Amino acid sequence: MGSFIYSVLGDPFVQMLQMPDFLMQVVWEGFVSGILYALIALGFVLIFKASGIFNFAQGIMVVFSGLTLVGLHELGVPAFLALFITLGVMYVLAFSVERLVLRNLVNQPDIILFMATIGLTNILIGLGQWIFGGETKSMITEQLWLPTGSSVWEPGGGLVIFQHIDIAAAVIAALLIICLALFFSKTKVGRALRAVADDHQASLSVGISLNHIWVITWFAAGIVALVAGIMWGARSDVSFSLQIIALKALPVLVLGGFTSVPGAIVGGLIIGIGEKLFEIYWGPLFGSGIEGWFAYVIALIFLLFRPQGLFGEKIIERV
Amino acid sequence: MYKKIITGAVATAVAVATFVSTAHAEDTLYIPALSYRTGAFAGGGTPFANGFMDYLAMLNARDGGIGGVKIVNEECETAYNAQKGVECYEATKGNGALVYNPLSTGITLQLIPKAPVDEIPVLSMGYGLSAAGIGEKFPWTFTYPTSYWSQMSSILKYIDSNGGLKGQKIGFIYLDVGYGREPIPLLEKLAPQLGFEVAMFPVAGKEMQAQSAQWLNVRKERPDWMIMWGWGSMNPTAIKEAAKIRYPMDRFIGNWWSSAHADLVPVGEAGKGYVGANFSGIGTDFQALQDVIKYVIEPGNTRTDPSKVGDVLYNRGLYNAVIVAEAVETAQKMTGKSAISGADMRLGLENFNLDATRLAELGLAGFAGDLKGDCVDHEGGGPVFMQQWDGENWVKITDPIAPMSDVVRPLLEAAADAYVADKPEWKTQTCN
Repeated sequence: MGSFIYSVLGDPFVQMLQMPDFLMQVVWEGFVSGILYALIALGFVLIFKASGIFNFAQGIMVVFSGLTLVGLHELGVPAFLALFITLGVMYVLAFSVERLVLRNLVNQPDIILFMATIGLTNILIGLGQWIFGGETKSMITEQLWLPTGSSVWEPGGGLVIFQHIDIAAAVIAALLIICLALFFSKTKVGRALRAVADDHQASLSVGISLNHIWVITWFAAGIVALVAGIMWGARSDVSFSLQIIALKALPVLVLGGFTSVPGAIVGGLIIGIGEKLFEIYWGPLFGSGIEGWFAYVIALIFLLFRPQGLFGEKIIERV
Repeated sequence: MYKKIITGAVATAVAVATFVSTAHAEDTLYIPALSYRTGAFAGGGTPFANGFMDYLAMLNARDGGIGGVKIVNEECETAYNAQKGVECYEATKGNGALVYNPLSTGITLQLIPKAPVDEIPVLSMGYGLSAAGIGEKFPWTFTYPTSYWSQMSSILKYIDSNGGLKGQKIGFIYLDVGYGREPIPLLEKLAPQLGFEVAMFPVAGKEMQAQSAQWLNVRKERPDWMIMWGWGSMNPTAIKEAAKIRYPMDRFIGNWWSSAHADLVPVGEAGKGYVGANFSGIGTDFQALQDVIKYVIEPGNTRTDPSKVGDVLYNRGLYNAVIVAEAVETAQKMTGKSAISGADMRLGLENFNLDATRLAELGLAGFAGDLKGDCVDHEGGGPVFMQQWDGENWVKITDPIAPMSDVVRPLLEAAADAYVADKPEWKTQTCN
């Protein structure tokens, strides 16, 4: 019993003190993972805010956008032109979703819209495999002028390795979030988006076009998906198994709140860093491999005490 | 009136179905391919399926099939999903299927009990249940040319010949499914016997492309060698992560599903030095491969990207088809029948002889080691060789390394006994 308590409350902290450089490495890796989880979660938040839909297709949008970019480049299209065309493809996707799905399902229960996004997921999987094949593809990292290689920091004779692509991911994610924040707060369309998020009926009554807003929202989520696809792809290639990682955004959303952009970021970082620390220092107690479910434990605890998440709006149902 | 129309339609449908089924059984050699070109593992499944399909298509185009009988080779998409695999099996077995090549340990485990009932053999070439290599206990299942357990023992021998195994810490990173877990019992038994330590690093299916935690653990545990049982996008991600933590690549060994072009091309220069096990030839410098190009690739009767012909997984799929074709031909000779049954095919699988002379006749001289079908040994006990990634391509770096049969065989026999122990209806066989 004593040894068990020591292995839970003592040994992990002793290890942290004995190898501070390794602790820093763990925290850095968790930070980068958290940033990437936050990016994926951000796509969910944008659509949920504007339409109340949990977009199950966000994960495959990450893969689809990444595959489109790489696939176009394989056809001989220069990298930045391929990037521009991919943005166009994501706009067409947003427009098609609004025209073919959302418009026809207005006023349907949320669960119907959720099911529609599951259908959309499968359509995009099939379409992606039909067009690009199922093989793993390398992200065009250098062609997009993204940095490769690594830098080493040796604090007190230790070793902390920083991959340049990870640093770039953190910077680009931060810039994207600032751009989205400015877009929401400073532009007319952004204010309309916020109005729609607050109250659909009231927005309609002052002349805001819901259809137009939905296209913009899905396009914004598409841009976020493309950035997430490039960054994940640069770390570990683009393949269809990448869409499963999007499920990691679920505990992030529970933690941060489904309607909060800052919540997605803070939630992503807590999940990213938390799961790495627990996997490395407490994982051996459970036979390792706890990373896959630990995030959901954190989310469940938050769900019990704060169902709306850290930054989510308090749920008030008037009867 | 309606009743007559419906009765007539049903009768016609039954007649057509019977005719089609009979036609498959009597005039052709029906060989279904449980392949996967979709899903998370399509990157490995696609080139393997291409090699398998193209070789059989070449035999049809060049020789008119096998023994003058056309081969009908039908793909059924499993997406590496055991349930879909069983559905494919049930949907195709009635067409006179001669043999099933599931290309998935999960699907193989489902088909092993079905094989003796339906009398259709299962050839899980170098994968599946290692214990199925014991022919007396598993008359209908084959793992030629070797099994996961034998392969693991060959890899351990390679490590032993490169500085010794005793006192070493071996890290084992594996896809946390039936396939990846398959060699763990062997590792656990051999570790105390041969004096090495094992550290396990499981990778869940949904973590295949997010392995930083596993590799932080590798950095923490500091294993002397790493062995990988990965598949699909897990492989390039693991090699990239290994490079990230500066793990020495020449001490990182992948099994034969973790050392293909599909795994290393996305990694490129960063994977230089990585070692992998293999049992089939690399490249197109074989007459049989040239025939495939001439009769199938160039006329465009294929789904293969011509630049991928000769890649590791393409050639392995092709080798699978070579074994199947050789067993068919052997069965035809033994039974005197052109159109054989699944039971005949089983005989063929126990009696073919792919020795160096025969491989040369087939235009595959030096493509693989000698392989002889056997009633007792359904494993083949074949050796593997090691290949190394030079940054752009695979280079063979060792001669064939024989498995530790003296150690592995008793363990396989014990595992086979354990498998059938609680199955009183299980059919075994006695070999002379």
